[in-house]
Amino acid sequence: MARICIVDYGIGNIHSAMKALKRFTQDVSLSEDPKEIRDAAALVLPGQGAFEAGMEGLRVRGLLDEVKTAAAKGKPILGICLGAQLLLEKGYEFGEWEGLGLLPGEVVHFPPLKDGAKTPHMGWNSIESALLVPSPPGRGCPEQSRGAGEGQERGKAWKGTVLEGVNAGADMYFIHSYFLKPKDPAHVLAETMYGGFTFASVIGKGNIIGCQFHPEKSGKMGIRIIDNFVRLAQNAARR
Amino acid sequence: MHSVRLIPRLDIKGPNVVKGIHLEGLRVIGNPVDLARKYFEQGADELIAMDIVASLYQRSPDFDLMRSIGNELFIPLTMGGGIQSLHDINNFLRAGADKVAINTYATRNPTLLSEAVHQFGAQCIVLSVEAKRSSPGHWEAYTDGGREHSGLDAIEWIKRALDMGVGEILLTSVDFDGTKKGYDRELLAAVTAIADIPVVIHGGAKDGMSLAEAVNDGHADAVCVASILHYDEYAIPDLKKTMAEHRIPIRHP
Repeated sequence: MARICIVDYGIGNIHSAMKALKRFTQDVSLSEDPKEIRDAAALVLPGQGAFEAGMEGLRVRGLLDEVKTAAAKGKPILGICLGAQLLLEKGYEFGEWEGLGLLPGEVVHFPPLKDGAKTPHMGWNSIESALLVPSPPGRGCPEQSRGAGEGQERGKAWKGTVLEGVNAGADMYFIHSYFLKPKDPAHVLAETMYGGFTFASVIGKGNIIGCQFHPEKSGKMGIRIIDNFVRLAQNAARR
Repeated sequence: MHSVRLIPRLDIKGPNVVKGIHLEGLRVIGNPVDLARKYFEQGADELIAMDIVASLYQRSPDFDLMRSIGNELFIPLTMGGGIQSLHDINNFLRAGADKVAINTYATRNPTLLSEAVHQFGAQCIVLSVEAKRSSPGHWEAYTDGGREHSGLDAIEWIKRALDMGVGEILLTSVDFDGTKKGYDRELLAAVTAIADIPVVIHGGAKDGMSLAEAVNDGHADAVCVASILHYDEYAIPDLKKTMAEHRIPIRHP
């Protein structure tokens, strides 16, 4: 039984997630088999693409209940990009679709952006500790200075979370046109500003974690998140 | 803060990274895997790896080599060379590419672009344009590594590709490639004026200042660099430092 299973629901670049996890553990598998997913101690939902296609990919493989059951049992689940969006209740990409509903909230398209910002939001952007950004998502946040020492200081708010050791203001790699909109501000671990608009870039509640960006593509800071998740999974497997 | 990307480009021929001038007179630079790792460690924001003879020789790229390039990198990878079909795109994605760059075959069969966008998503499909000046203010799109005429006006061709939904443009100036005299700012301005998707400028990078100009004056979303890195004239942190001095947001790795 692998401790960490990457759920292969037929979408996205799963190999880069595998490559990043394997840097920290060999105890990782890739599977679309409900039984293997049931037996895993932790799940990674990778993905890239449209919301409906993602949910359909899980449904046709009979994996919707497996993922929900794993969450209910307290197993760590890391959603990446589309995988993070699927954790919420609803998505509005090409229609209205039901998500996994592991966290309350929705996935909606960017509003019109300022400063000529283009969608998809593609490229590197910084993440800030939501606790230290005064305005709630959607209201814009003040520009933060990005000195490395200060980033470590501000990053202390992330102690004990999957972002532990990541500097506040660290740049991560994003590709998306829709963003995470959790209902409860307490589920926002990190925020990012793009085109004058602030959105949740990392969401989490207990064992459920979602990153809108690709930590496996985000250089050394991103890889730290993968490292943290692997340790979370290993601890969960020991319990 | 959204940062501007600095992207090293590896042109691959056989087992080697090569580099020429005007895409010709190729010289061997070194081992692709070693160079990729070196640029990742220096703080590259992405990497482009292109098999530059695949379409000319009408053969498949070396996917094993492509896979090993990506193995040690945790940044996005754009790959390309000789893509003729959705099947080829899938092979590149399986080899670790996040995006694929398409040129030659799309000029002959443009529906490949819309099919690819539909199948894999816009974020994954990069139109590679090799533009060569044909008359003042006009450029022709070239193919097969800058060797063959397509007969297409580069700007009109880009407009068509935008309509088909591609996610990014990799814009190479054949005239400026390898010359180290700065980017073709006129070409860049003509393209950024019509593109509502990211434009990556390539061909002619001279120094940090030329990169800063492409961003501040030419509105490039990303700068692609080869010769000045390959010949160790600059390291990535030097170039980023100059860009930052010109008020360009850059990523601190």
